[in-house]
Amino acid sequence: MSEISVVAVLDDPVRRRLYEYVAQQPHGVSRNEAAQAVGIQRTLAAFHLDRLAEAGLVSVSFRRPEGRTGPGAGRPAKLYQRGATEHQVSVPPRDYRRAAELLAEVVDVTGAEPQLQRSARSKGAAAGRTARRQAPGEADDELVERELGAQGYQPYRDGASIRLRNCPFHVLADRYPPLICGMNLALLDGLLAGAAATTLEAGLDPRPGDCCVVVRVAAGTSKTN
Amino acid sequence: MARYHLAQLNVGLVRAPTDSPELADFMAGIEPVNAAADATPGLVWRLQDGDGPGATALRPRGPELMVNMSVWESLETLRDFVYRNGPHLDFMRRRREWFHRMAQQHLVLWWVPAGHIPDLDEALSRLDELRSDGPSARAFTFQDPYPVPAEPTAGRF
Repeated sequence: MSEISVVAVLDDPVRRRLYEYVAQQPHGVSRNEAAQAVGIQRTLAAFHLDRLAEAGLVSVSFRRPEGRTGPGAGRPAKLYQRGATEHQVSVPPRDYRRAAELLAEVVDVTGAEPQLQRSARSKGAAAGRTARRQAPGEADDELVERELGAQGYQPYRDGASIRLRNCPFHVLADRYPPLICGMNLALLDGLLAGAAATTLEAGLDPRPGDCCVVVRVAAGTSKTN
Repeated sequence: MARYHLAQLNVGLVRAPTDSPELADFMAGIEPVNAAADATPGLVWRLQDGDGPGATALRPRGPELMVNMSVWESLETLRDFVYRNGPHLDFMRRRREWFHRMAQQHLVLWWVPAGHIPDLDEALSRLDELRSDGPSARAFTFQDPYPVPAEPTAGRF
C-alpha cells in the first residue's frame, strides 16, 4: 500500500474517531470497548477496525478474557493497538525528515545543544503566550493539556501529572535521545513559562511507549491553586 | 547465567574543576544518578573510588579527563539506563554544560566473560583500539553494536 493509500483509509469520520481512540490507549482495545467509546454498533466498529488493521495503522493481538483458561474458555478477544510504523504524506513531495536528521547530526557533532535548548525554549514560550492570550482565565492544567493535544502529543492524565502518549519527534528521539529529548523538554518548559502556568513543571521521565517528558504539579504548589 | 557481560567505559573532558560553581549541578547529581543505576536491573558492577562521588576523583589520563566505567548484563539493559532513565537522561541532556565535546570517540563497549571485572588499563586500551581501528567485536559503540561472542574469545582480557 502506498503512503497516500494508507492515509486515505482514515478519510471516514467514524473510522478516524476509532483510530484516534485506539491510538490514545496504552493497552490493546477490544471491539466492544472501541464501539462504546465512539458510540457505534460493535459490528460496525469491527468492520472499521479491521480496515485500519489491513492498512497497518493499528496492529492486532489476541487475548483471552481475564481469569478464563483451558478448553471452553472461549475465543480469545481480538485487541487493537496503534501501529508502530509512521506515515507521512506531502503533496508536493517534501522531505523535512532528512533535513532534520542532518541538522540533528550537526548539532550533535558540534556540541551546539545549549543553543538548541535556548531556541526551543523561546519557541515553546511563544506558543505558550499565544495559548494563554486565547484563554486568559483557564486553569493551568486544562490549558496545557489542550495545547499539548493540539501539538500532537496525545496527552493523558496520570494522577495529577500530564503524560504524553505520542512523541512528535519519535524517529529523531530514537537516534539522538539526549539531543531530542532535551530539545523537547526545553520546548515544553518554554510552553509552561510562556503560558504563565506556574503551578506546573516539565521533567524527563521516560516510560515505555510514551514521550520522555512529563508535566507535573510544580513543587510547592497544591493542585487546588 | 549469561556467559558474557557488557563492559562500558566513558571518558569526558571537564570544563572546570569539580569544586567550581560550573560543575556544582554535575557533582550534586552524581550520587542520585549512581543510586538510580544501582537500582536498575542489569547493572553488574560500576567503578568507584574512595576520594570523590562515584569515580569522579580518578584521572588516569590527566587532570581534565574524567572516567566512568561499568559492567552490565546486556546491551539492552545498559541502553535502557543510559537513554530511558529519567535522572540519567537529564544528566545526558546537560552534558555540554559540563564537558567539552570531543572530536574522538568518548565511549567504548566490549564483551567480557561473566564474572570478569575489567580494570582501567583494559578499558583504556579498548578505547584506544576503537579510536585507531574503528568499531570491531573487541571495541564498539551504541551506534555500531556487535553481538555477544559465540565462543570464548582467545587472548588477553
